Amino acid sequence: MNAHAENIAQYNFAYLDEQTKRMIRRAILKAIAIPGYQVPFASREMPMPYGWGTGGVQVTASIIGPDDVLKVIDQGSDDTTNAVSIRAFFQKVAEVAVTTETGKASIIQTRHRIPEEPLKAGQVLVYQVPIPEPLRFLEPRETETRKMHALEEYGLMHVKLYEDIAQHGHIATTYAYPVKVEGRYVMDPSPTPKFDNPKMHMSAALQLFGAGREKRIYAIPPYTRVESLDFEDHPFEVQTFDQPCALCGGAGVYLDEVVLDDAGGRMFVCSDTDYCEKRQAEGHAGPTGSPGEGEVQ
Amino acid sequence: MYVAVKGGEAAIENAHRLLADRRRGPRDVPALTLEQIAGQLALAVDRVMAEGSLYDAGLAALAIKQARGDMIEAIFLLRAYRTTLPRFGYSKPMDTGAMLVERRISATYKDLPGGQLLGPTFDYTHRLLDPDLAGDDMPEQPERREGAAEESRMPRVTEILAGEGLVEPDGALPDSTEPADITRTPPEFPQGRDARLQALSRGDEGFLLALGYSTQRGYARSHPFAGEIRIGEVEIELDVPELDFPVPLGRIRVTECQMINQFKGSAKAPPQFTRGYGLVFGQSERKAMAMALCDRALRAKELGEDVVAPAQDEEFVISHSDNVQATGFVEHLKLPHYVDFQAELGLVRQMRREFEERKQTSTVKEAAE
Repeated sequence: MNAHAENIAQYNFAYLDEQTKRMIRRAILKAIAIPGYQVPFASREMPMPYGWGTGGVQVTASIIGPDDVLKVIDQGSDDTTNAVSIRAFFQKVAEVAVTTETGKASIIQTRHRIPEEPLKAGQVLVYQVPIPEPLRFLEPRETETRKMHALEEYGLMHVKLYEDIAQHGHIATTYAYPVKVEGRYVMDPSPTPKFDNPKMHMSAALQLFGAGREKRIYAIPPYTRVESLDFEDHPFEVQTFDQPCALCGGAGVYLDEVVLDDAGGRMFVCSDTDYCEKRQAEGHAGPTGSPGEGEVQ
Repeated sequence: MYVAVKGGEAAIENAHRLLADRRRGPRDVPALTLEQIAGQLALAVDRVMAEGSLYDAGLAALAIKQARGDMIEAIFLLRAYRTTLPRFGYSKPMDTGAMLVERRISATYKDLPGGQLLGPTFDYTHRLLDPDLAGDDMPEQPERREGAAEESRMPRVTEILAGEGLVEPDGALPDSTEPADITRTPPEFPQGRDARLQALSRGDEGFLLALGYSTQRGYARSHPFAGEIRIGEVEIELDVPELDFPVPLGRIRVTECQMINQFKGSAKAPPQFTRGYGLVFGQSERKAMAMALCDRALRAKELGEDVVAPAQDEEFVISHSDNVQATGFVEHLKLPHYVDFQAELGLVRQMRREFEERKQTSTVKEAAE
């Protein structure tokens, strides 16, 4: 048993063995060459559960080097438990520098948000994807959806959006809002709120998407057209908030609703905690916050 | 006053410390040894090895201890370890006909060459709780038949039946055939039977049991007979390029089930008995039998049968049979989803507003009329 114990302790840089990394890099290159196309890859079991970011972790592990600076966010925040756990994993197995500052990171792994601060050339945004197939909820069979992509047969999706409008007067999809990449593939942007969709369009950063359980990788190369599906008479719209962030006064950003008591009291604060803290440090303040008071406990 | 939620790191660390304490249990009770788990909870160890796809009783015992007896968690631990191991090659096909048999039964023949051998089975035990086991029970030594181990090859029941041509044969593949490897290639549908059997062999016992059961209750009924179930040790051999003979690596215990199914024939195949196959690490008859039922059901297309039931639907069965994947995705619902929930909150509020407005205008209209 002791021999095992010694062997178990030996892991390669960034956990995955080099053969596996090579296989994943090949899939990433193919994904970049065909923007929006879901490339099957031989996803591995990871030491965290499927559905908890194993796709993103495998992509990050395959591209990360000792000089990289990593930022991990979940729901826009660096301090949610799963973001903490994934960041700690890479600190342990790759000994890389980590940061919470969007501008300082070379790789940002994310779940459910795109940072408010525009990304720069040279940065890589790695998305964790639960269900990579945008057509999955319309057609559960992979054999069918692959055919539909191959034939560019997206009528079903347009019918779904049209039915929303017919029934509700507007499209009733608020997150994981489907996009068309470079005029060809309809793609699932992962369950980010549709608020973030415009940030994907012509982004200077490379965007990589990893779905571990479903064994798919896809990509949006820098400066690629990403259009949210809509109709001429019902153009795509993002969410708006009636009030600015209560802590930093930021407007035009995505806000979390925080319930304060059981009497209907609530406040709205930035979902992107790094953005919010930076603004507070710069002296901005919202209705209920004062500068520098964001970090407590 | 709202405070930004901080402290995830400390919370995680404290949670893990608490977990370690709960795992240990009362400190005045001696800790379980891996030998105790491997020796006395052997069937639990077998299940973890089978669904963890790694034949190592010591590591499986460690995984069970670490997982506090949560089998799927233990399976997950073993899988996550397995995936880091280097791959040296593929073993030669095992010859289960040369198995050192500890148990072998057939429900289709009263007697057959090699005989029926009950072995260590729960079958025919009365399920009465045994108070003696509450203490340090020391059962009688088992009966041994002299020379039993030297008894020669016990032919598989399908070899016996093959003479008449009433049962479909084993089938053959050209020597150049590369076996599928579901751990190295992403799944593509339709799958070959080799890939499907691999997935079933590591599939969740409960899921396969329920699906197999559903075929017996009429959802793709295939009139199965347990042609043979055998449990015992089989030698594993590896071809090494530098050597011109296969190198024996050791023996593993497996459970094999050959299900024989009635088949009326179709446009593609004459009336005959068809077969479903199950092979599982360790001693697990329930799993091997369920696997054989599912394997047969999944051959519907190959045999020209209509696909009408869940158990026959390859994409449905194979995509959902892996409990490590299933548990991960179901349990990921515990992760924060408040960004998406916020988006949905906004939408529901908007739709409620519109609903109220519509109601108002219609009442106004009615009043005006």
